[in-house]
Formats: sequence, C-alpha cells, structure tokens
Amino acid sequence: MPDPLLEVRGLCRTFGDVRAVDDVSFTLPDGGSLGIVGESGSGKTTTARIIVGLDRADAGHVRVRGQDRTAQPRGRTERLARARQIQMVFQDPYLSLDPRTGVEAVLRETLKLHKPGTDPAPRIRELLDQVGLGTRAADALPRELSGGQRQRVAIARALAVEPTILVLDEAVAALDVSVQAQILNLLADIREQTRIGYLFITHDLGVVRCVTDDVIVMRRGRVVESGRTADVLALPNHAYTRLLMASVPRPGWNPHAIGTARRALQATEPTT
Amino acid sequence: MSTTLTRRPGLARLRAAGHSPLYAVSAGFVGLVVTVALLAPWIAPYGPNTVELGGALGAPSGDHLLGVDAAGRDTLSRLVVGARTSLLGPLGVVVLSTIAGGAVGVIAGWRGGWTDSVLSRTTELTLAFPGLLLAILFTSVYGEGLLAPVVALSIAYVPYVARLARSLVLAERERPYVAAYRVQGHSGTDICLRHVVPNIAPVVLAQCTVNFGYALIDLAGLSFLGLGVPALTPDWGRMVFDGKSAIQSGYPLSAIVPCLVIVLTVVAFNVVGERWADEVAGRNR
Amino acid sequence: MNTTKHNPAGTPRPAAERAADTPPAALDIRGLRMRLPRTARPVLDGVDLTVGAGETVALVGESGSGKTLTSRTVLRLLPGGATTEGTVHVAGDDVLTMNARELRRLRTRTAAMIFQDPRAAINPLRRIDDFLTESVRLNKIMTPAAANARAVELLEAVGLTADALRRHPGELSGGMLQRVMIAAALMGDPALLLADEPTTALDVTTQAEVVALLGDLRARFGTGLLFVTHDLGLAAAISDRVYVMYAGRIAETGPAASVFARPRHPYTKALLDSTPDLDAPRGRLAAIDGQPPDLRRELTGCPFAPRCAHADEVCTVEAPRRTPAPGEPAHTAGCHHSDRLEGTRGDA
Repeated sequence: MPDPLLEVRGLCRTFGDVRAVDDVSFTLPDGGSLGIVGESGSGKTTTARIIVGLDRADAGHVRVRGQDRTAQPRGRTERLARARQIQMVFQDPYLSLDPRTGVEAVLRETLKLHKPGTDPAPRIRELLDQVGLGTRAADALPRELSGGQRQRVAIARALAVEPTILVLDEAVAALDVSVQAQILNLLADIREQTRIGYLFITHDLGVVRCVTDDVIVMRRGRVVESGRTADVLALPNHAYTRLLMASVPRPGWNPHAIGTARRALQATEPTT
Repeated sequence: MSTTLTRRPGLARLRAAGHSPLYAVSAGFVGLVVTVALLAPWIAPYGPNTVELGGALGAPSGDHLLGVDAAGRDTLSRLVVGARTSLLGPLGVVVLSTIAGGAVGVIAGWRGGWTDSVLSRTTELTLAFPGLLLAILFTSVYGEGLLAPVVALSIAYVPYVARLARSLVLAERERPYVAAYRVQGHSGTDICLRHVVPNIAPVVLAQCTVNFGYALIDLAGLSFLGLGVPALTPDWGRMVFDGKSAIQSGYPLSAIVPCLVIVLTVVAFNVVGERWADEVAGRNR
Repeated sequence: MNTTKHNPAGTPRPAAERAADTPPAALDIRGLRMRLPRTARPVLDGVDLTVGAGETVALVGESGSGKTLTSRTVLRLLPGGATTEGTVHVAGDDVLTMNARELRRLRTRTAAMIFQDPRAAINPLRRIDDFLTESVRLNKIMTPAAANARAVELLEAVGLTADALRRHPGELSGGMLQRVMIAAALMGDPALLLADEPTTALDVTTQAEVVALLGDLRARFGTGLLFVTHDLGLAAAISDRVYVMYAGRIAETGPAASVFARPRHPYTKALLDSTPDLDAPRGRLAAIDGQPPDLRRELTGCPFAPRCAHADEVCTVEAPRRTPAPGEPAHTAGCHHSDRLEGTRGDA
C-alpha cells in the first residue's frame, strides 16, 4: 500500500501548562481535501504550524509520502525540499505580503530560489493567469491591491513552489462574502487542475462543507470527531460537533439553547 | 473606513508646505545651510582667517555684513566656511553610529537568545557613559582634531540606534510575511537582510536625522570648551569660544551669531527629521 | 418589564416609562449624504433608515458599502473633512445639528455603541468597575454609589458575576469582555444601541450566547438595536428588519424573512447565492465577478450595474428608485428589474 500524501500521528505540543496539541492524528490522501475545524484554543493553528515547519512538535511525527519531516531541516537542500512538499496561505491578506515588494518581484524571488537558472517570466505570467490576476496587478504593491487580490498573490506565491500540499490557515476568513466565494471557487479550480492536497484550517462550517472531502473537529487540542465531511455535518456524533452545528446562525435558530448546551458539555469534560 | 484618495505624488511637498509653515521653513533652512556648506569657498566674501586688525570688533557694515570678530576676521566668512566643518562632524557621527548601531540592533533583535542578551547588555553599559565625557576623554588621549570626538560620540550614540533597530526588528519578526518566507524556504539571514531591514530602515533613518541635530550640539559644545577642532579651523562652536573675549568687551555679535545659527540648524533638522519619521510611520498602514 | 426600582434625581428615566409617551423612533435617518475630500462620489448617497423603539434592525453590507460609516454617523463620529447632508434623528433630536453639550448627552445617555474588538475598545490598565462607571460618573448622570449599583445589576444581566468588577480586562476572555462592553453600553439607559460587528471577533458558540443576551436585554430594557454585520445568516436569524447596503446606498430593505426568502435586488440575491451554507446544495458557489465601484470614479445610474446579470441600458443611465414588492409595501428595493429575479432562496 503506497504511503498517503500526508500522515500525522500522535502529534503533541505543550506550552507551559497548556496542551495546545494533544495526540492529534489524521491522514490526507492524494489530491484530497481535509478540513480542520475548531474554535479559538482548539489547537488547529498550532497543528498547522507544526506541519508546515514553523513550530516543532514535542512528540509524534509528520510524514509526507513516507518521508519524515518532524525534525528541523539540516542545510539548504533539505530546507528547500521541505518547502516543495508543503506550502501555506495565511489568514491575514494585509500582512502576509512584504509591503515593499511588488507582485512580480514576489513571484520572481520564489522562482529564483527554487528554479535558479530558468527564466521566470513565462512562469510568472502563467501563475498570475492561474489565480486570476491581470498583468496590471503584476506591477502593483500590496497596498494598492484589495484583500481578495492579495490572497490571490499569496496563493500564486505558494503555487510557484509547486508543492504537493497546500495548507490554508483561515485563508478566506478575513475576506468579504463575495470575495470569499471567488477565492473558494479558485481553490476548487486549482485542485482540479493540479491534484494538490488541501489542508483547510477554519472555524466556518459553511466553508468546510463547500471545499473539503474529509473533516476533523478539534477541541482543546484533541480530535473529537473525524470522517467524511458530508457524513459528519449531516449526522454529527460528538456533542461538541452538534454544538458547533447548532451555533451557526439561521432562521429558526435558538441561541439560548447553545449556552445551556455548552455548559452541559463543559460539565462532562475533565478539567485540564 | 478606508477611502482611496487621489493624490499626485509630485505635489506632496507643496502640500506639506501648506499644512505646516514650520516644516516648510525648517526644510528650507536645512537646504540653505547644506548649500552654503557645499559652496563655501566660492561664496565667502573673505578668507576665514584673513585678519584686519584695524577693524576688530567692527559693527555690521557694507563690507562686513555680520561684523568683525575680536581677531579682526569677517564673521560672515567664518560662518560660511565654518559650515563645512560644523556639518561634517555630525554627519560622521550619524553615519558611523547608524551603521554600527543598526547592525548591533538588527542582529540582537533577529537572533534573540544569548546573542541578544550579550549585545543588549553591552549597549546598555555604553549608555551609562555620557557622550560628551567620552568625547573629552578621547580628545585628551588622542589630542586635537575632529576624528577623536566624532568616534567618541558615535560610540555614545550607538545604543540609541541599536535600541530602536532592535525593537523594530522584534516587531517585524512577528509579521506573517516573515513566516511566509520561511515556509517558502528562504534562509533566516536572507529574510532579515532582504525584507526585514528594508522595512525598518525608513524609521531608523528618520530618527537619525534627529540625531544629527544632537550631534551638532555635542560637537559644538566640545569646540566651545576648546577641545575638538584646532584653533585656526573656523567652526561654529569654536567661534563661540573665540567670541568670549568679544562678549567681555561688550561687542557680542561675533559670538551670538554662531550661537544662533547652531540653534536654528539643530531645530530645523529636528523638525524635518520628526516630520519624516511621522510620515514613514503613517505610510505603512 | 420595568427593572429600575425607583428614580432618584439624576438617574435616567426607565425605558418603559419613556415608551408610554409614544416616543419618536429610536433612530430615523433621512436622506443622509456624506462626501469625503478627494473622492469622486459621495461615500454615503441618500441613506434612509429607521429603527423603531425596541426593534432589532440589521444593516448588512461588505467592505466599502458604507455600513460602518452610517453607524458611526449616528454618534457623529465623522471622518476628517467629511461634509454631510440630511438628518439623523436619535430619539427625536437631530445629531448633525447638535452643539457640544447635546452631543455629549447623546453619546452618554441616548445612544451607545458596541465595537467589534472589545480588547481594543477597553483600556487594559483600568479595572472593570472603573470602565463601567466612568462615563456616568464623569458626566454626573449618577452618583458613584448609584453607578456602582447599576454596574452590578447590568453585569448580572449580561451573565457575569459581581466579582468581575475588580478584575482587569486581561483576565477576562473575549466573550466575557464583549459582555462587559454591552453592560457598559447599557449603563446610561440608552434608547438606541449600535452594534458594529460585535460578534465577528468571537467564536461561533460565544457569538450565539452574545446574540441571545442582546435579545434578552432588548426585551427587558426596550432599547432599539442597529446591528451592523457582513454575515447574512446572522442578520437573517436575529433581526426584525434588514437593510442591505451597496456603494453607499440602500439596495434593499424590508422584513428579514421576506428579504432573504424573496430578494428583490440582484446584489442581495447574489450575496445570498455566494454564501456557503449548511443547508443549500453542495458545489461551487455562484460568486459575483468584479469589485465594488472605485470611490475615485464618478457613478451614473445603478452602482451594481457593471456586475449585474440583469443589467441593461437603463441601468447605466438612470439611478433606480425604490419600488416596493407586490403586496409588501415594507419590502423595497432600488432596482429597475426586480421582477426579473426568479425563484426563491428557499429557507435563506
């Protein structure tokens, strides 16, 4: 049986007294799309940072196609190889781009780093095309672009590396609804074209439903539920997942019941 | 509530002048002083050391626009030629302290840990020495001349620049774009030099414009004490020192004029520097 | 309904007592137009909006629509260089023509705002009791003793205990801080509450609790609530009436159920279609192409025309007037072709 695209097993990370990530395990199949759902303090962002290499785990391992990447990379070649495995798009479109670097310069930098010696210009045009940015945007500085355009640049920058996995850390949370829809459609298109695997970190169940095949639900560092997105959202097993579903506002919604349900849930949990 | 505004960048300076007359005047004065310093040998009416003993302590006249000092030298010419030395010294101080202080602050802020502790404690020790005293010490050891006090003052100014650079780097390090570059596979040094430093540079440089004013005062003070530049070099601080006897004789103009020029230049540099710093801070929104 | 027990001189009249005099609407904006320097068109272009006493009204829009500007104008928190036309009546008095004393009275007693990020809006160095009572004490609305008593009462009303009074903001969670903000807003017994995205920075479960709280407080104190948000689902779930804003104008307004079930403006419909929803069928979202109009360019006709699937000649030339839905006079939309919007959104 071939190794899955991404395998995370027994991941643990503690900050002082707090277990930010507590025995988290999941798998991402080839070309799959996995959502990690949770609220603040769930550990989903820490998990993403460990997977991407911005933070280290205290225990557990992260494997891409069987290759372990839990330890820190040694040397330039390994660092670049890691970058080519997993790339990330961040939540804040305003701060995830260097304010002094223009769009084209950003892409050129990345291409020079990973593909030195080849002419970057055609690939830059291709990438801008792929994310739906016109040539006018190529000369622009980040502050001249809208939030949605900046996220497109961030996606182009990530794709320039040609990664096998793309981690999206609340990548659409800071965008307007109509822009969010454009970016989600773009991501769906890219997945169809390139068979990249997606790891979607979000708190928004609507987004998860739209864009992911599988989902895991995290609470206080632990995975409380996992499965196919359609199944989990239709028939949630865990009380917390049910609470999350009930909290999504819609007509006929009963916000009062949520406070009661939340307190009931906290009463059943061990205090750590 | 962000509205995009139409602006033509070329007219920015004129607009600034409209909003703040103080800034306009200060910027103009800075420009004037620098121009005078650059063109000094061609615009000074007399040589700085040309002596006219007969007309010593003369009042302003057609020949001598600002009068004559106690040794019979034309005040205006000394002022004009002295601009060079008086501005060169602070320039040296600023350049040296910015490079050294910037490097120390960036390394301390970027590397963190032990490197940061060692560098920060060392710079704090330096802070304990008043710059002027250090300059006097150096001058008494190495003798007269501009180099010793400039080096001494640069060392004294390093902690201020280093502290600023370090705190800026610490803040910038937390920005998501730095994390993004790390994920992309760039090395730490690369990110620091190519992205973090250019982003903090404008703030540091704006601060250094203000430091120029302080250095000018410090160096002029040294010359006033008789240390620093040698006796025959025209230098504003030296002119005040030379003018002591003129004050005692009741003809203070040759001492007051350089004093005034020092004060005005320092204020002008401060205003321009602070305005620049404000603009830089506001620009990165 | 009336919870304040007695009325010594200096405490505000309870809302129920005010209601008995059939007061004017909590908020009545008519023809509000605002221009900012160096822009080619007004940032607010003829906004008409009302909030009745005890009503919850949602103001929905995306960034650049003018919804935050509108809510801030109610307290006359205008951006630098802004010029305004029109009237903004809060409990009967026009905010735009008030003098400084009346304005202070408005901001401390008649209307209060709850901001998006409680941590940014509360001084981290002061204690909670200080924060809650500061405004009413400094403006001599109540004696310090009465202010403290009211602070305790309101803290309990928002679901916190009196020992939160001695804490500092850093010791409380985001959800708890937002409740403190709500309590602070109610201290002066306002007729109108303005909430600018009050739950966007909160977890979805905390959001539900805060929303429940706002509903309870409304019922208890009778305040009108203007809820500004970009979250359509939230607006649909909590408001009685809804205004949808686009490019500084009200695109559509009406009872929430009606607007979301049968939108009469293409923008509202497009917004609904592009919202990922737990109940709608899965698949790609119907995204709206393009972007909102640039403030540096002049606008003729309908601002949404360049992005609208139903637009034609008349839309680019003539600004649409508000037309009511057939049979529902309260539901109006500014569109030339409202009848072309076929189909419903289902349960919205």
